Amino acid sequence: MSENQRDRKMTEQTTLNTLPIGACGRVTAVNGDSRITRRILEMGIIPGVLVQLIKSAPFDDPIEVSVRGYSLAMRRSEAAAIEVTL
Amino acid sequence: MVNSAAHSLTIALAGNPNAGKTTLFNALTGLKQKVANYPGVTVERKTGRWQLNGSAADLIDLPGLYSLDATSVDEQIARSVITGEQKGVKRPDVVVAVVDATNLERNLYVVTQLFDFKIPVVVALTMIDVFEKLDHQINVEKLALMLKTPVVAINAKTGRGIKELAQEVRKASEQSDSKAPVFDDADENSGPHAKIFARYSFIAKAVQESTRHNDTPKLRISHKIDKVLTHKFFGLLILVGVLLVVFQAIFSWATVPMDLLEQGFGGLSALVKENMPPGILTDLISDGIIAGVGGVVVFLPQILLLFLFISLLEDTGYMARAAFLMDKLMSKVGLHGKAFLPLVSSFACAIPGIMATRTIENRRDRFATIMVAPFMSCSARLPVYTLMIAAFFAGQTVFGFISVAAVLMLAMYTLGIVVAVIVAFILKRTVLKAPPPPFLMELPDYRLPNLRTVLQNMLTRAWLFLKRAGTVILAISILLWALMYFPRDLAPTQPSASEAAQAVAANGEQVPAEDVVKESEQLKHSFAGKLGHTIEPVIQPLGFDWKIGVALIASFAAREVLVSTLSIIYNVGKDADAESTTLVSAIRDAKRDDGRPVWTPLTALTLMVFFVLAMQCMSTLAVVRRETNSWLWPLFMFGYMTVIAYAAAFLTYQGGRLLGYG
Repeated sequence: MSENQRDRKMTEQTTLNTLPIGACGRVTAVNGDSRITRRILEMGIIPGVLVQLIKSAPFDDPIEVSVRGYSLAMRRSEAAAIEVTL
Repeated sequence: MVNSAAHSLTIALAGNPNAGKTTLFNALTGLKQKVANYPGVTVERKTGRWQLNGSAADLIDLPGLYSLDATSVDEQIARSVITGEQKGVKRPDVVVAVVDATNLERNLYVVTQLFDFKIPVVVALTMIDVFEKLDHQINVEKLALMLKTPVVAINAKTGRGIKELAQEVRKASEQSDSKAPVFDDADENSGPHAKIFARYSFIAKAVQESTRHNDTPKLRISHKIDKVLTHKFFGLLILVGVLLVVFQAIFSWATVPMDLLEQGFGGLSALVKENMPPGILTDLISDGIIAGVGGVVVFLPQILLLFLFISLLEDTGYMARAAFLMDKLMSKVGLHGKAFLPLVSSFACAIPGIMATRTIENRRDRFATIMVAPFMSCSARLPVYTLMIAAFFAGQTVFGFISVAAVLMLAMYTLGIVVAVIVAFILKRTVLKAPPPPFLMELPDYRLPNLRTVLQNMLTRAWLFLKRAGTVILAISILLWALMYFPRDLAPTQPSASEAAQAVAANGEQVPAEDVVKESEQLKHSFAGKLGHTIEPVIQPLGFDWKIGVALIASFAAREVLVSTLSIIYNVGKDADAESTTLVSAIRDAKRDDGRPVWTPLTALTLMVFFVLAMQCMSTLAVVRRETNSWLWPLFMFGYMTVIAYAAAFLTYQGGRLLGYG
């Protein structure tokens, strides 16, 4: 587990739900093959695009993400499928 | 596609939600709009006539959508309209794609999907003024060139570009060959989502070539507003404040017009009675039709006010924030964040609350919300609570300073909420089982509301309510009236009542007390009275006698009817209200055949519990029928709520007796 974490740190590879508030990242992959995955992609969150975590809601979920110049709210569970590099 | 000048065009408006589609639709069609549902679904079908350079065209407003992949009902409908497969809708000659300039890339996604249908597309570019205020620049000609599709910059409010749009639409309808790119299924071979990537890379290129973005954009105003409105603490506080205002409006501001309507219908009913010869027809019109329809129309001010607020909140963009703030709490029950506002509105009245669930896209989430909305204690239950409390719990306190009335009131509201949470939890795991609904929701930029859109939305809702619910409700009112009116010719057992009736018929003069006796006697022998006797064994375990049974049957039309029915039964006159001392003492003094009192504090509490949980509102059932487009759901609602109400009332009464009360 610790090795895994170190790996992540070295490549600065993480998922959107773990980004600190205000941080930007570039999407590298959107995992899964469900309807939600497809909807995430259709909303413009595809590999190569820049995303920024704007804020989280009162109970720390959902989160507000800025992408392609607009704001998108999603649950942290949904954001966990989105891989980003810092 | 060859079109003669006489050929009437059909044009569809498509685009993302919040792109300005409704505003453009209103600007193009004026007030001549028709709103209906597509057959079999609750997707709204809005059509109008657009004066297109001399000749009128049919304009169809498609539901707002982010994609045409047919994964949601909205998308399926939009897709079948565009392909011409939708029954009763002509295949459009041209699709006008409404595109928000401030959100170009994502808005163009649907446009590239439209290309696939090989249908002429004209892009109507909105919000350019906002885009330019952010110091960005856009070259419309270049964008059209890149998209190989006509693009017209428009402003529906000022009328800018409307004429050009009409010209381009006409031109497009006459051209047979579209040069726009088609993303065919071959792209899908290189991965499941390759087509999405191909579309976005095409869009990115087009946008890059046609726009110049200011490198240091001003912080968007929406982000500044959101620093407060979706703040972890103040955001919630403001949400509570907003709800208080909405609540206040539908609860108390609406009472003035509601009272006026009530008086108006009362007056009308009296007028009919005075000016028509006494008989069945007069009674049907005054007590059946006018009273029944009046009882429903009375809700209109509440509906208008709630929809005024909902339209305002939606149009400004606040509604999405409210869902954002509340989603975590709502998702614990299995509901969507967007279910919050409809449920809160249901405390005033479930009818506008249920109508407000339209903002929830997912059908199962929406139905689960509709199914539990009537558990919220609405204003029609208040007279019942008030009467019971006034009769049996007035002036009592616990711990010497907390009034029992307040505790009971709070307990009734809480009971409704708790049961709603449990039922929603169960429904979402059984009949309406579905994976947790995806939340993925755009937080649109804040905008000043468009007064016309808001008013139009409000009036459309009100009209739909009056038209559809009104027809069903009319039928049920007449039925209930008939149940309480017939059989008429059966000789009453008490000669005094019969004499009174004869006296009334003979000289037309009514002695109020005798009239009441007559009514009460009539009720006893009516079908409703017989029904009351028939159901007595069923309601006996709840501590209710046949008279309460009659009141219960009548109150299935509307809860507050309980009060007026009890007044008739206990001979105190129809106009007694919940706080009438005569009614209160009549209830206290009512005796069973063996001399025991009918009502005890336990009976009153049982009745209140029953009223919290039972589905006693035909208007709500009619609206549920309309909103779910099936009789199955209102029947299911009626069935399961009655079962729960009966079980809870049974537990209350029998439990209370075991504890030595009653």
